[in-house]
Amino acid sequence: MSMTMTQRTQTTIDEADIPVWSHRPKVYPKKVKGPIRNLKWLVMAVLLAIYWGVPWFRFDRGPFAPDQAILIDLPGRKAYFLWFEIWPQEVYIVTGLLIAAAIGLFFITAMLGRVWCGYACPQTVWTDLFMMVERWIEGDRAQRMKLDRQPFSVRKLGKRAAKHASWVFIGMMTGGAWILYFNDAPTVVPDLFTGDAGTAVYATVAFLTFTTYLMAGVARENVCTFMCPYARFQSAMFDKDTMVVTYHPARGEKRGKHKAGESWDGRGHCIDCRQCVEVCPTGIDIREGLQMSCISCGLCVDACNSIMDRVGLPHGLIAYDTERNIELKAAGEKPRWNFLRLRTLGYGLVFGLAMLGVLYALVARQPLDASVLADRNPIFVRLSNGDLRNGYTLKLLNKSTQPQHVQVTADLAGGEVIVLGHEEEVQPTIELAPDAVAAIRVFVRLPANDWTGTPRDFDFTIHDTARGLTVAVPTRFEGPAR
Amino acid sequence: MSEKRKYEVDPVTGSAIHPYTWDGIGELETPPPRWWVLTYAVCFLFAVGWWIAFPAWPYISGYTTGLLGYSTRAEVAEELAAAKAAQAPYNNKLAALSYAEIAADPELSTFAMAGGKALFGENCAQCHGSGANGNVGYPNLLDDDWLWGGDYETLQTTIEHGVRSTNDEETRQAMMPAFGKDGILTREQVDDTVAYVLSLSGTVPADPAAAERGAQVFADNCAACHGDAGAGLREMGGPRLDDAIWLYNGDAKSISNQIWNPRHGVMPDWAGRLDPLAIKKLVFYVHSLGGGE
Repeated sequence: MSMTMTQRTQTTIDEADIPVWSHRPKVYPKKVKGPIRNLKWLVMAVLLAIYWGVPWFRFDRGPFAPDQAILIDLPGRKAYFLWFEIWPQEVYIVTGLLIAAAIGLFFITAMLGRVWCGYACPQTVWTDLFMMVERWIEGDRAQRMKLDRQPFSVRKLGKRAAKHASWVFIGMMTGGAWILYFNDAPTVVPDLFTGDAGTAVYATVAFLTFTTYLMAGVARENVCTFMCPYARFQSAMFDKDTMVVTYHPARGEKRGKHKAGESWDGRGHCIDCRQCVEVCPTGIDIREGLQMSCISCGLCVDACNSIMDRVGLPHGLIAYDTERNIELKAAGEKPRWNFLRLRTLGYGLVFGLAMLGVLYALVARQPLDASVLADRNPIFVRLSNGDLRNGYTLKLLNKSTQPQHVQVTADLAGGEVIVLGHEEEVQPTIELAPDAVAAIRVFVRLPANDWTGTPRDFDFTIHDTARGLTVAVPTRFEGPAR
Repeated sequence: MSEKRKYEVDPVTGSAIHPYTWDGIGELETPPPRWWVLTYAVCFLFAVGWWIAFPAWPYISGYTTGLLGYSTRAEVAEELAAAKAAQAPYNNKLAALSYAEIAADPELSTFAMAGGKALFGENCAQCHGSGANGNVGYPNLLDDDWLWGGDYETLQTTIEHGVRSTNDEETRQAMMPAFGKDGILTREQVDDTVAYVLSLSGTVPADPAAAERGAQVFADNCAACHGDAGAGLREMGGPRLDDAIWLYNGDAKSISNQIWNPRHGVMPDWAGRLDPLAIKKLVFYVHSLGGGE
């Protein structure tokens, strides 16, 4: 990749010749065949199948909750993931997952380099998909370059229209699938076509169609090089034992054209065929060494190996290897892979801890929760017989998909609990609707003789005896100073 | 470009170096990417389009309104209308049901209490306090002591017609005579009555003989409204005197003042100011504050 705007040999330039914008060379990645390309096709197929397929899986949660296996219910402020369900206040679980994902990415990167970028990143997967369609319609590298140079014609227009229409279609499918994670899939898909889906749904589909088209069709490698922050700080995770796509200069140099039958003595194995450059989706020359734009996809490895087959030399002039091994090989020593390092062990440990934390939070999650707000205006009421009364608002959270029946008690000696709406009952049973928050007003009445003049801390305890759940929330009983 | 200057080219990056240098340090004239320049231009055009379509430029006493006629006020009005429409089914139900039926429906009672709380803050909090705990001369609505009664129907009557309201013939009327000022009782009799009244709520009188004399004065002059032994008489609006709650304070001096030259609070009649549904919400809210009967 080159950002040069002038020839490097030039020493001066006229002010008027400084361009308004930089001219970046367009990349025309060439088709390549080989085991790494096959692996990339497989990964792409699996990831796209997951993306488009997952919202259709059903999971029975009973009559009061959605039956979609993975669903983020934004209006209901709930997220469902198989057996698990989280509420907005449990978003720390998602935070934990994100931390685990980030550390997991660091771990993989320290170990295997930017394989995420080369294989699994949506930018790579969708760009690959868009390039595949482009190749079907406009042909391979040489034909595309030729088509670009050709003057306007009906044939060119037809190819261009077919390509962009296909891209927009894929974009719509992408945006269309995204909303399935936030809506009941079998309901929202027909609604999309009948015009019954909400504005937010159509806006999301339109926006993601546009961004998919823009990112995978137009911006492509520029996203990785100029927009992605991860590309910028990946070097922090790299060391000499990190696996990278690399050219072996000791073996390859001195490079030069080679005719069949010529001797390989006194020269390198690189025949300067430029296949590694032509297949590169980011348009770099890997022979210049490890560089920021390399997404570690390894297509140049396939390209070079196929050339090595043709000229009868062993594979691996360009290969997944480590900086240490290149040095060892150059010095004629045996290469060694060193996966267990302080860096990888550290990342592995933090990743494991984060995942354990998330798992614990999910498993230990109580389906019943409560919070209490003591009245502050006024903090207490004097009743006609001299008794004191405090008022509280209790928020009872039924975080399960079934109705719950709970009772409220207070461990305040002498205190009597009165639930508004159930004044006549002793220890009334309160029904909590599934997946809902109920706010109840509770009064605690304390005989005048039991008041000592100092505030008394106590707990409200909420029991669901049928399910054996209890939650205690601390609060305080206030009264006048004596 | 008026003059054609020659720029040095940086050998590493290939970018031109701006001729202005500082201590030999120059700045590269690296051009921005094309998409960036184009986005910049599009943003400018977008801004111009925005000025035309939306309210943008102020003048001395107004502003350009824009072709789309957009206004945040109109948007608020729309949202308020939408909120009203969303409340309509609840309000209709509320108007049709009795208080007991509302109380039996958790969703509806939450709605009624929320509405009542807002109305209370707007109309009642000025005298009764934002927490409804009252003040000297303004009844506390949280406790279990009521001048006129704390069940739904009584509360509704009190709110609709007020207390000693001059505009409403059906208003609640209760006037305590100025026993001292108008010469009905002597100073000594008033003092005796104070001693007796204090004893009703459990204070041991300093002078038991005075309290005993006060009992007779009370029976002759006060019991008609305040009930026998100060138990209160709601039909007359006569406050209970044998409990821990006092409207005009419960110390001897305050009670003496109240007997000598009583004060009387006034509550407006709200029937003409608030619609029946608003009053219904207020009744429901006040009833829920802890003293509801």
